[in-house]
Amino acid sequence: MDPIKSLIQNLADQYGRQRENLLPIMQGVIERENFLSEYSMVEIAREMDIPASEVYGTATFYSFLETKPTGKYTIRVCKTITCAMKGKGQVLFAIQDMLKIKLGETTPDNRFTLLETNCLGWCHKAPAMMINNEVYTDLTPEKVREILSDYMKQNGSI
Amino acid sequence: MANSYQLKRVDFIFRNENDWEKVLSTTIKKKPQELINELISSELKGRGGAGFPTGLKWKLTSEAKAEKKYVICNADEGEPGTFKDREILSKVPYKVLTAMAVCGYVTGAKEGFIYLRGEYKFLEEELNKEIAEFEYYCKEINLDFKIKVFMGSGAYICGEETALMESLEGKRGEPRNKPPFPTQAGFKGSPTVINNVETLVHTFTIFKYGAKKFYDLGVQYSRGTKLFSVSGDTPKPGIYELELGMSLQDFVYEFGDGDTKAVQVGGASGFLVPRKKFKDAAIGFKGKLTGISLPTGGSMMLFNSSRSMFNVLDNYLEFFREECCGQCTPCRVGCQQLLLGIKAVKRGDKPASYLDKLLRLTETMQLTAKCGLGQSVANSFSSIVENFREEMIY
Repeated sequence: MDPIKSLIQNLADQYGRQRENLLPIMQGVIERENFLSEYSMVEIAREMDIPASEVYGTATFYSFLETKPTGKYTIRVCKTITCAMKGKGQVLFAIQDMLKIKLGETTPDNRFTLLETNCLGWCHKAPAMMINNEVYTDLTPEKVREILSDYMKQNGSI
Repeated sequence: MANSYQLKRVDFIFRNENDWEKVLSTTIKKKPQELINELISSELKGRGGAGFPTGLKWKLTSEAKAEKKYVICNADEGEPGTFKDREILSKVPYKVLTAMAVCGYVTGAKEGFIYLRGEYKFLEEELNKEIAEFEYYCKEINLDFKIKVFMGSGAYICGEETALMESLEGKRGEPRNKPPFPTQAGFKGSPTVINNVETLVHTFTIFKYGAKKFYDLGVQYSRGTKLFSVSGDTPKPGIYELELGMSLQDFVYEFGDGDTKAVQVGGASGFLVPRKKFKDAAIGFKGKLTGISLPTGGSMMLFNSSRSMFNVLDNYLEFFREECCGQCTPCRVGCQQLLLGIKAVKRGDKPASYLDKLLRLTETMQLTAKCGLGQSVANSFSSIVENFREEMIY
């Protein structure tokens, strides 16, 4: 069976097929696939026996449930007030310069997607960002370059 | 003037109390009515920002007749400038769990949820371990109560109680009409108590030390202590537990960098207080006789004179425009128009008097928006535009 189908089936077995388990199932798909493709949303709908439009409508409501292709690592830089005041701009510039992509884009090798997000709740250690579920605080352009090059090395390139 | 400084530091919330088992087992030996009375006499009000009396909430839910009831801990802490709930859940999670179980005992609920925001996913594993240990103890003392962690997925509006319940039911997080209130019809239409993380911890303190100890702190109408998340232009950002009722002037003496121009109390949905009004402003719930009282979920953001208030407002409006759920027109269109409007005034495309039109728009939003998000945009907008009008124009 195709891997997405079986993933969704397993998740539905684990959480249940009632409507209130839609979010955990979608989160489970994202953990493996990085984003919710049209195909996986239709499959989720089939598995849970609800209209695909409901799945799509719910997914698009939440900013962490991506419905467009994203890379293996999604970088979310906080842009809310304190981070914006404390040098988010320079951090973002350093990331763009290093990955050679603009905000909202994904690197050609499908590893990094760069996004901005609203308050992450680390205002006392601003600026902050998340790479997938990992949080990084007190960022400076130097620090962010170090963090990113670690991620790049993990993947055996550079 | 430095001698007027009188902030009262307190240490209840993060105090390490290893005896939660004892607190739980002795508390549930008392009658539910007794516990509700204890909470009511402590005058504890919700610490998420809205300030609804907690005892009354528990009472209403306990009186509601239903087969199933629920307890929800609201850990969808999304307000810009707040980060206290994360600290509570990582340092003293057992207090939150104990309080939820006691709430279950009082109201007759057998199930509880912790709605944790997606940004705090890294807390989930540790929290689940704590819950496993906690439920094991509940079984030992024959208390039937289960707790589940439910992860949010990055939506500020899900901190609104009814939106949170929609989300918990697997739907778009769009706020519901009220009434009915959650105490009557909450999660899946059943009576539900929904409390902020910090509120629950305060109930733990009250059950352990008695209502009087809590009541003796703070001022009239604003009893007890509160966690403050301090950020922005301050030499010591962080989380501090302080007595309610302090004057903003004292707060700025303690936390300001000497050049504080304004303080945003209560996050983007709260109020901005300019320097000249620090003296008259006190932190607490409405009802104080003199001066301005400012309720807050704990967010205190300081701005010094190097900051442009236009940029601050622009940032807030951008935030609201993105986080607005889009369900009701006043908020959906209002947030967009406010953002476009202040930019047009700044560019000179619109005359300065256009700001007054925008202020009227926020009044309309305050009156007609469905939930707290749309209603509270007026707070920061009017307090910034009225106090820093020239910065909006030039």
